[in-house]
Order: sequence, then structure tokens, then C-alpha cells
Amino acid sequence: MIDTLRLTVEEAAGLLERRQVSAGELTAAYLAAVDERDEELHAFLHVNRNGHRDAPSAGQNGHTPKVGGVPIALKDVITTKGMPTTAGSRILEGYRPVFDATVTTRCMDAGLPILGKTNLDEFAMGSSTENSAYGPTRNPWDPTRVPGGSSGGSAAAVAGGLAPWALGTDTGGSVKQPASLSGIVGLRPTYGTVSRYGIVAFASSLDQVGPLTKTVRDCALLYRLIAGRDECDTTTVDLPEPVEIPATEDLKGIRIGVPRELNEAEGIEPGVSERVRAAIALAEELGAEVREASLPRSVDYGMPCYYLVAPAEASSNLARYDGVRYGYRASVDGDLTALYERTRWEGFGEEPKRRIMLGTYALSAGYYEAYYGQAQKVRTVIKNEFAAAFERYDLLVSPTSPTVAFKLGEKAENPLAMYLADVLTIPPNMAGLPGLSIPCGLSDGLPVGLQLIGPQFSENLLFRAGHALERALAFDFVPERLAHA
Amino acid sequence: MPEWEPVIGLEVHVQLKTRTKMFCRCANSWGDEPNTRVCPICLAHPGTLPIPNRTAIEWTVKLGLALGCKIAERALFHRKHYVYPDLAKSYQISQYDQPLCVDGRFLLPGPDGDREIGIVRAHLEEDAAKTIHVGGAAGRIAGADYSLVDFNRGGVPLVEVVTQPDVRSPEEARRLMQLLRQTVVELGISDAEMEKGSLRCDANVSVRERGETGFRTKTELKNMNSFKFVADGIARELERQIGVYESGSEVVQETLHYAPARGTVAPLRTKEYADDYRYFPEPDLVAIEPPPALIEAAREGIGELPGARIRSLEPTLGFSLAAELVAAGRDAHLDPIIRYGVEPREAANFLMNDLKPQPGVTPDYAGVAETVRKRRELPPDVYLKAAAAASIADSATLSVLLDQTAISDASELDPVLDRVLADNQQQVDAYKGGKEGVLGFLVGQVMRETNGKANPRVVNERLREKLRV
Repeated sequence: MIDTLRLTVEEAAGLLERRQVSAGELTAAYLAAVDERDEELHAFLHVNRNGHRDAPSAGQNGHTPKVGGVPIALKDVITTKGMPTTAGSRILEGYRPVFDATVTTRCMDAGLPILGKTNLDEFAMGSSTENSAYGPTRNPWDPTRVPGGSSGGSAAAVAGGLAPWALGTDTGGSVKQPASLSGIVGLRPTYGTVSRYGIVAFASSLDQVGPLTKTVRDCALLYRLIAGRDECDTTTVDLPEPVEIPATEDLKGIRIGVPRELNEAEGIEPGVSERVRAAIALAEELGAEVREASLPRSVDYGMPCYYLVAPAEASSNLARYDGVRYGYRASVDGDLTALYERTRWEGFGEEPKRRIMLGTYALSAGYYEAYYGQAQKVRTVIKNEFAAAFERYDLLVSPTSPTVAFKLGEKAENPLAMYLADVLTIPPNMAGLPGLSIPCGLSDGLPVGLQLIGPQFSENLLFRAGHALERALAFDFVPERLAHA
Repeated sequence: MPEWEPVIGLEVHVQLKTRTKMFCRCANSWGDEPNTRVCPICLAHPGTLPIPNRTAIEWTVKLGLALGCKIAERALFHRKHYVYPDLAKSYQISQYDQPLCVDGRFLLPGPDGDREIGIVRAHLEEDAAKTIHVGGAAGRIAGADYSLVDFNRGGVPLVEVVTQPDVRSPEEARRLMQLLRQTVVELGISDAEMEKGSLRCDANVSVRERGETGFRTKTELKNMNSFKFVADGIARELERQIGVYESGSEVVQETLHYAPARGTVAPLRTKEYADDYRYFPEPDLVAIEPPPALIEAAREGIGELPGARIRSLEPTLGFSLAAELVAAGRDAHLDPIIRYGVEPREAANFLMNDLKPQPGVTPDYAGVAETVRKRRELPPDVYLKAAAAASIADSATLSVLLDQTAISDASELDPVLDRVLADNQQQVDAYKGGKEGVLGFLVGQVMRETNGKANPRVVNERLREKLRV
């Protein structure tokens, strides 16, 4: 009997290697879990049942442990040849890509069968997965609550034992925040380390693919598999050093900064602060040198800056959905303009429409300099402020999300309240920096996430620190209500 | 009545003949079945990213250098947005305020001396797809029954060259276009055929009173798809603007469409063109920073430019013949023919009117010289056949056509040959020293001595023999 709720990828790989289970049995166990729980969770938009794309367990590229045969779930903005890819939008209903994303290819080359495509906020715009055109995903810890977003389907799939690991994408916090709300590990990598080729674009200068896993070591395994330069994405680079799977269990010699503005921001729940403070104290016990830090401009300007840059790029990236070449087409009796207008009106949900409007405005003649141009300058200020902080600290820490998982519908009617869910993840993202979210305890029975932020290309350090803290925290990632079910 | 001065600037689009498209690896070809040269990238499928074509960047640098431009140390691609079925992404990847090439000068020789046309910029972008509107008025989308889109052209590399408003007449605009065409053809970067659309020209046109220093309102003139239409369209628009001013009205800024069949210019429906392109830097591409080695390699690939060649031929041929010859790309044949003693203007006229060139084939210059010399003696049909045979170096046919009248008999030629060799000891020494080009001169001397009656090919052979011993 395979306990998909508890099994980590490392453990699964061990079972396969010792031939205690076959790759087919392993995938079948996760599909059975989907059958059992996904009606409630709605983590998947498409389940790959026929297994015809199951990669062979060969072709493992010398990875240790061998992960070939361990299945994976992909957020539904990651293109999969012949398998539906909707980006959570009506406008891509029924669309089947004719090519694989680079990360899809890398997963398949490593022998990972694809379990299916996970739910998300439409075009990755949102923080609760309620903006999906196909209905919300529910949090495995409490199905009356959201799993976070936009990679909420991937987070719920991993937390709910429906997939051993998953890929999401993170623009303003869409991997880190759902990982936090769902009690799992999520990495937003350094911008440029993972190919965006085949990722349905939201905001190109911010989008990055990242792993969602149960443990930091699993996270490092998956990052190692997907990262590195890709000829098809000219913004990618070679990693400066190979990815290491962390083993050290102390934090000796690591200087940790605790930015006041990120830890005392308005709206951080007391229960969240408490868990994060406890984790920071634990870090000190493990040998870290902890000091207070400050990022005044990054936190003040991060959010407004993000809500100019991201919608501006989104308005451009979403302009291609016109009903002519693929995807949804409205039936209209009229001219081309009518076809465009009806298709986009019917095909896009509220949030993409809102951001297209914001972004179009920010790029318009006469406003460009004041909005998009200015935001790019501010982005440089934010980068510089972080760079200065990293001269004094190796890592910065804060809560990942100001709150634990909130109720479905609680913020759905108030876009601004929803936007604030990413207030702590946006500043490092604007600077292109990597961030790791690990669970650091429960508040009122719901997971709290700790955000570790490092300089560019510091993933190895993030994994090392994350792993040491994870061991010391001994957080149980199985949702209590499911563990007792 | 005031004297009106035309003020004209051109925007020229040059389609590059790279093997593949600008941002994907689809074949860049013309005339294939519609929508067979397409892929997810040029059809803008979700998740695709542009991958720049290195050759297109190198060729743009080469063109920029030929136009006397500065090559940017750091150039950016921008997105230019408009919604139209010919644009799959609903934005075109183009360049905006940081183009690859800026601030150039292009030498345009003219009948009344040289002009230098300032080049504002030359930038690289992707072409739009081709649309065909069926039914309705004059191939326009408004009122069409339906429209067809061929994405084979979508994403083909395109260089846009923008000139300063330095052009002063429709005729000058035509000459500038012809010389630009010849330049890009010689650089080997484009077929530059206006009728196929691989070379396109829009003109910004205004007029002012002579002596006035500022600029008046300009109009943008489109759809001039031949050199003649460039001149005709601009002439038509200049007349119209002068008429507007002389009737006491003002010219309004607008985009006009030239209709060559009717010889009219008419405004385009403004709805077809958005005026706010919402440019912003293309986040999917990193900046282009052309390395010095690339620029040097491009510079070395540029020969003497057509403008300079017109200038050097002008004293011997006169302006129009020199310009025509260079614009036709045939001036390289001139010297080898002259060397056989043919008068330059006569040689040039032959090249313009009677040469039937075949790509990759060097004409038989001695044969050409002989044909030119015998022009008056030969029946017209024989002359044309001889010209064609000489053009493709078909010596056998040429002999049959010309040899009836030429002196080919060695006993008759040898005394002349010996005399020429004796009189030109210096050239003989040069030849023996390895300068084989001198042979043409010696043949020319023999031809002069025989009043053009000698068969130059026989002379050629005999001279070689004599000089070998």
C-alpha cells in the first residue's frame, strides 16, 4: 500500500530502485488518490489517465537518486503536446498544443510520467485559484479555504497526496504563496535559470517556473532537473554552479537578515508572525547569525511597481487571443472587430480583463514614461536595495504570506485585498531574486510559510538553509484531517 | 506665385533573404503554398518565445555600414502593438528608440552634382503576414466579403530604413530608391524586388516656399510598388498640396493611398491604422550588443558602393549613362570591354541595351568588343544573336556569326602583331612579368591598327603564343 499523502519523491525513488513498486503501480496509486479526493479538491483540470505519454523509466541523466518513474503534475500554463492546456481560461478551452514546453521535455527526458494538468487562476492572475474559469481549487487542510494561487492546483495536488511533486509558475508569488497556504515547499528560482519556452505568458519579465514539493531535498531534485540554459529562451543562462542536494543540518556561519518592513508589514496575522519568529529563533539555535535588516523602498514601492509592470506585459501577451488561429471563438454575425470583441469579452474572465485595461493604460502614449517607464526605474532601485542588503546578509527571511489560507469567497470581491496576499513575495520577485517557502508551523490549524530570500543564483544556499530548518522544525506536511481519515 | 520646394523623406522596407525567418526557424521563401512555412512561433501559439536570427542582425549591421550609419553598442527590440489579422501576436517585434543603426549619410549622385541623403536610422523587425481581402472595394478590408491570411510572410526579417527629409524631387526619390536597391542587392542581403514586395517604399511628403527653413505639415504616402510609382505618386501628392496652399487652405496630416491606375491619392480609412502603438522593450529578448569583430567582418564584406562608382564613371560616360549602368548592376563589365579598345560610351550602351547576362556566367569580353565594333556591318538580327552569344561566352556560335568578315588569317595578322609588340616593349615586359591584364591593351592596339577588322579572339590566341616564346 503506497501512502501518497506521506511519500516523498526521494522515498518513492527508493521504492522504485529497490523494485518494491513498479513505476506503473506508483502512478496508479496517485491516480487512485485523484479519484478519491479530487472531486472535493479540484486540483486537476486534466488527468492523464491513459498513460500513453508515460515516459519510460530509462533516460535518467545520471541523477541520484534516480527519479525516473516518479510521476509529476504540471500547472496548466505549461504546454504539453497533444494534452489540453487552458491556462485556466475559457479562451483556451479545448486547445491542445502542438509542442512541449522545455520544462515538459526535461521532465519527460528524466522519465517522469505526467499525471495531468493542475488548476490555476486564469492566466496565473490571482492568489487563490478562485479566478479559474473552471471553478476553484480547495485547500487540503480545510476545503472551505483556498489553497493560495495562482499555482493552487499544483500546491493542493502535492499537499493532498495527489502528486508527489508538481511544477508551478511564479510571477508575483504564485509558487511561494500557495506553497505557504498549503503547507508544502515552493521555490521561485532566480529569473533566467529556468526556461519559459512553452509557458503561457503572463508577465514575461517576471514569470519563472518553480517546483512545489513536500521536502526541500525534493525541491532541489526537481530544480536540478529543470534549470539551465535553453536555446529557445534567450533570457536563460547557465547555472554558475551545479545544484546540490542539501544534507547539512546546521546553519553555522550563515548571516540572516530580518527585514523590518517585510516582517512588520500591515496585515500580517499575529499567528503568522509568531510562527515565523519561532522559526527565526530556531535558525539562531542552529548557528545562524540573525540581525534586523531594512528594505524600506522595496516594500513600499514593490507592490505599486508590480501592478504597473505585470499588467502592462500581460496586456501585450494576451493580445494574441483573438479567436482566429486557435482557442475559443465567439459566434458572431458581424465584422472582424465584432469577432475580436465578442471572443475576448466572452473568453476572458474578470481578472484578465481588469489587468488588460490597467496595462493598456500604463503603456499608452503620454502615460508610458509616468507609469511603465517609471516602474522600470523603480525596479532598479529595488534591485539595488536588495543588492546592498546582501552585502551584509547571506539570506533574508520573512513570512511568505501575511495570512494563513483564507475562506473561499472571502477576498474574491475585493481585488485590492487579494493583491495584498502577495505583498511579501513581490519585492524580491521584482528584483529577479530566488525565494524558497517552507512550512514553519500551524496557526489555528493552518500552515504558515517562511520565506527565505537569497541573492541571484543562491539556490544552493536556500536549499541548505531550508533543509536545516525543515529538519529542526519537523513540520508534518500531511493535513491533519486527511491523516486521520 | 511662390516657388514651391518639395520636402520628401522616404521609409524604405527591405526584406532580407535569410534562409530562415527572423524569430523562428521556418524557411523564408516566396511563392510557396499559403501557410506552409509556419510554426507555433510565427503563429503566436501560447508559450512560444522569439529566437533571433543572427544572420539578419549581421546583415542589418552590414546595410547600416553601407549607409554610413553608426552601429549601436546596445540595441533593443521593442513590441509595437496593433490589432490586425496580419499580426499573429497582435504586436510586431520591431525597434524603437535604440535601433541597430543610426545617423548615416548616403551618397546620391545626380545630374546637377552629388547629394548626400541623411539616414535617420536602419532598424530590424519582423514582417507581417500577407492579407488578401476578397470582394468589396479595391482590396481593402472594409466592406470585403472575406479575408485570407498567408502567414508564410509573417516573421520574415525586414529592415526599415528611414531617411531625413532631404529628398527634393520625385525624380530624386526614384533615383534614391534605385540606388538603395542596387546597394542591398550587391550586399547580397535582399532580392529587393518592388513588384514582389521585398522592397517597399512609403514617402513623407510636404512642400514649403523656397527659402523657408521650417517644415510644414506632411502626409504619408503608401502603396507605391514600383520605381515609377514612387516618382508618380509623390509628384501627384506634391501637386495636390501646392493646390491646397494656393487655394488658401491647409494640408492636414494623414495617410494617403496612391492608386496608380487612376493616378490619384486618397486617404486611408483611419480605423485601419491605430496611432498608439504602445511600444515597450520586448521582455522576451535580451539586448543586442554587436561585438567589434562582427562589425569589422560586416565592413570587410562591403565593396565600393554604387554611388561612388557612378561618381567615378560620370566623367567618361556622363551622368545618366553612368547612373543607369550602375543601377543595372552592369558597370563591372565596362572596363574589360574598354580594354579591347571599345569606346566607353559605346561599351556602356551595349551593356545597357544588348547584353543578355546569365547569372554566374562571365561574358566573352573580346567577343563583345568585336560585336560592338561590327554593329554597323552586321544585319540587325545577326548582331542581336552575336550580342547574346557573347553575353554567355558561347564562342562557337559567336565565331560562326562574326568570322565571315573578320581577319582571322595569321599571315595577314602576324606583321601587325609583330609591329605592336615591338612598339610596346614596356607592356610586353609587364605581361611576361605576370601582368596578364596587359593582354587586353595589346589586343586593343592590334584592333586599332586594323581598323577593327581583326578577329580579336584570333589576335588573343596569336598574341599569347608569341608572348610565350
